[in-house]
Amino acid sequence: MTTFTPTTSAEMLEAVRWAAGEGEPIEVVGHGSKRGIGRPVQTEHVIDCSGLAGVTLYEPEELVLSARAGTPVAEIERLLAEKNQEFAFEPMDYGPLLGGEPGRGTIGGLLAANLAGPRRLKAGAARDHILGIQAVSGRGEAFKSGGRVVKNVTGYDLSKVMAGSWGTLAVLTDVTFKVLPRSETETTMALRGLTEEQAIAAMAAAMGSSAEVSAAAHLPETVTGKVLDGALSGRASTLLRLEGFGPSVTYRTEMLKTLFSMLEIDTIDEAASRSLWRQVRDVVPFADGTGKPVWRVSMAPSEGHRMVMALRMQAAVDAYYDWQGGLIWLRMESDSEADTLRALVRRHGGGHATLVRASLAERAAVPVFEPQPAALAALSARLKTEFDPKAILNPGRMVASHGGGVAASHATGG
Amino acid sequence: MTGLAMPKPDAATLSRRAEIVADMKIIVPGEGVVDAVNGMRAFESDGLTAYRQLPLVVVLPETTAQVARILKYCNDRNIRVVPRGSGTSLSGGALPLEDAVLLVMSRFNRILDIDYANRTVTAQPGVTNLGITHAVEQEGFYYAPDPSSQIACSIGGNVAENSGGVHCLKYGLTANNVLGIEMVLMDGQVLRLGGKHLDAEGYDLLGVMTGSEGLLGVVTEVTVRILKRPEAARALLIGFPSSEEAGQCVADIIGAGIIPGGMEMMDGPAIRAAEDFVHAGYPLDVEALLIVELDGPGPEIDHLIGQVEAIAARNGSTACRISTSEEERLVFWAGRKAAFPAVGRISPDYYCMDGTIPRKELPKVLAGMRAMSARYGLGVANVFHAGDGNLHPLILYDANEPGELEKAEAFGSDILRLCVEVGGVLTGEHGVGVEKRDLMGTMFTDDDLDHQMRVKCAFDPNHLLNPGKVFPQLRRCAEMGRMHVHRGQMPFPDIPRF
Ligand SMILES: Cc1cc2nc3c(=O)[nH]c(=O)nc-3n(C[C@H](O)[C@H](O)[C@H](O)COP(=O)(O)OP(=O)(O)OC[C@H]3O[C@@H](n4cnc5c(N)ncnc54)[C@H](O)[C@@H]3O)c2cc1C
Repeated sequence: MTTFTPTTSAEMLEAVRWAAGEGEPIEVVGHGSKRGIGRPVQTEHVIDCSGLAGVTLYEPEELVLSARAGTPVAEIERLLAEKNQEFAFEPMDYGPLLGGEPGRGTIGGLLAANLAGPRRLKAGAARDHILGIQAVSGRGEAFKSGGRVVKNVTGYDLSKVMAGSWGTLAVLTDVTFKVLPRSETETTMALRGLTEEQAIAAMAAAMGSSAEVSAAAHLPETVTGKVLDGALSGRASTLLRLEGFGPSVTYRTEMLKTLFSMLEIDTIDEAASRSLWRQVRDVVPFADGTGKPVWRVSMAPSEGHRMVMALRMQAAVDAYYDWQGGLIWLRMESDSEADTLRALVRRHGGGHATLVRASLAERAAVPVFEPQPAALAALSARLKTEFDPKAILNPGRMVASHGGGVAASHATGG
Repeated sequence: MTGLAMPKPDAATLSRRAEIVADMKIIVPGEGVVDAVNGMRAFESDGLTAYRQLPLVVVLPETTAQVARILKYCNDRNIRVVPRGSGTSLSGGALPLEDAVLLVMSRFNRILDIDYANRTVTAQPGVTNLGITHAVEQEGFYYAPDPSSQIACSIGGNVAENSGGVHCLKYGLTANNVLGIEMVLMDGQVLRLGGKHLDAEGYDLLGVMTGSEGLLGVVTEVTVRILKRPEAARALLIGFPSSEEAGQCVADIIGAGIIPGGMEMMDGPAIRAAEDFVHAGYPLDVEALLIVELDGPGPEIDHLIGQVEAIAARNGSTACRISTSEEERLVFWAGRKAAFPAVGRISPDYYCMDGTIPRKELPKVLAGMRAMSARYGLGVANVFHAGDGNLHPLILYDANEPGELEKAEAFGSDILRLCVEVGGVLTGEHGVGVEKRDLMGTMFTDDDLDHQMRVKCAFDPNHLLNPGKVFPQLRRCAEMGRMHVHRGQMPFPDIPRF
């Protein structure tokens, strides 16, 4: 097994070019913090991008930051915090859920996985903040797209194509993101004791009000005790976050209190609110040290809980909701129940389900990413072939037929 | 670009015109096919009026099934197709081709679903941008991206161009507000990307469709996010002796963690033209005018407005007014919103450019433009989305003067080259179209462009959909598919690790 550790774009180009020339499959990793997601990739060779690191441009007043793809996200977030800025899309950290260290992960991996967080509805995901990229495609050719300005429609947006491509089209060498000011303060209101149906309605009312709620999550009774060291144990908690300037947050808090005057409300102060949302974001309630299957399901916010209700009739499952109900985290008791779950998602208005935690055997046997209808699958396959004709980059990680059809025989996780 | 080279018309297609028209009338019965020259005149150009071309035939389908049949028919017979929404493109994206069917989407004009719980609207692509807001405003909602052409431009055209507006810095471009589309590929296959849920299960094809300028597929349905109207909005009108101070003021506002709902700048010539036209009370003794709009809950605006005023004063503002009523706020905007027609009054013609630059380069770029203006002997007025660095220089010329259009175009190209040189881009929101097509090489290498074209090859391998737009040179997909194989030594020999 060979591990390439390029430290410059030129070395990266050389490594991929060699692999393309030889038709040698390679696994692309940053810190490997999300290596457990996707179909197992089994290759002779690995490109470790973490040596291609460093912030190359940060202009806070221009709201822009560029970095080499292997730069640790944590390092960038520290730098941004010094200037009271952040990635507005609140990239989640899969570490705790997947049994790894928290705080790992590279900026290239962040884009390749299209990370997002509780602010998704208001601020978008990585795809909404990426301004430009440089990369080497599976053809062994370097290319760039986008730029370093926040508004740009020159040519196709290949940066978005990289978002959520899990290293299967090109290896990123450089990325440029839009960054934004951090809110001055925040507070969270917890509506207590609502049923899922009531919670979904309350979250929709809050998000549809002019209170500018920046995140809305619902933790059912079985989950609510697993955050903030049990401070919210007991009755279900419907969490509404308000962020911004002090006077504005105070005013909007009152607005929500009026809106929900019939309900019992706990107010969670700034410091606790920050940790709470980090825990919601990082799926801490299901970071239980087990390998029980965990699903990440994206649906219309109004439909998720109906799907979950139907699923509960057929399988033992624990669930909680972010994104006003549109992001459903599910932990299965034993089997992943992929077919049952996906059929129910389709029946309840559609969306997609990704098996983000599962054993190697299960990930090899069950499509980790939602299978696409035939015409769409064919289009995605054509795009893959255009960028990586010999299927050398993370073969089979997203779709079995995109190369690497052999089931894994040894562990590559870590 | 006046001598714009378009793909050579296909003689076989031209010779079969009668047959194609007849077949189109079978696919779209009734009023949906326009083949008389008089009728087709209305479609011979889009918002980039310097270019005109009659299409082979104009077809106005009404259903996705018709679109699919038309595209499949054309694909099977190697006939080119140019999609068109409302025809307001400023880059010639909807410019017809002599041998192409012009597929006009304006009869797709129904709102299909309004969902307040999920805050989405699903509309047919011919619905206007403002039509979406109109459909939901009685409930206090609106659709955020607001191009100045919003009364006319279609939501399908907005997706194709990834259009923006004055509220983009805070609320995003079309790409950030579109959740899903239905589209038809050139071979007639109908696909759905996204929906009321977020993000893609696989590659972000919705992301690449947005801003693809009608080259990848025809959009037949759009689902967008709607937002609750902010509780209030107030604007500051701030004058500065020069663009340097105004630019620094913008930087300092953002540096203070404030992201205004809108932040627009105008230079001296634009201020004076606008004031003459609408009498908004703009100060005439300043060289740069900023409109900063704060929106949100009342107390938040009250909290920030003083801060913005202080930042402006620190940067040497010589005039500062704060709107005290909704009427006054709208008056502040009236001049900016009418800037294009206002400039139209002081010059027989104007040519609107659309580069984006890192904001700090503004003084350099404005100085460069002044020098070019002297060199070309043509005036220029600037309106500027100051928050995001998107410039709209309006070059003043007279098309009736021989050679002036060419001069204006050369001036425009020089401005865009300067934008790229300082780290910016050719277009912030209007698209490449035919207008900036031949400048793509200033921003991109052949490898860059080839990777873009590979996306095209995945969607439309025969280059039948809107050819001659965006890419300076069309290369056959089969040719590009070949790999340059670089075989050789494994680089930096083994660093084994387990
Ligand atoms: C006065 C004026 C002001 C403007 N202000 C702004 C502004 O502030 N911000 C901004 O971003 N733009 C602005 N524009 C530009 C223009 O309005 C936008 O680009 C708009 O999105 C074009 O929409 P349309 O429906 O007119 O599309 P068209 O002009 O008809 O077409 C534009 C492109 O989209 C393609 N297309 C259209 N419909 C479809 C479809 N259904 N499927 C696939 N492809 C399709 C066409 O092939 C073409 O390439 C302005 C234009 C004018 C004339």
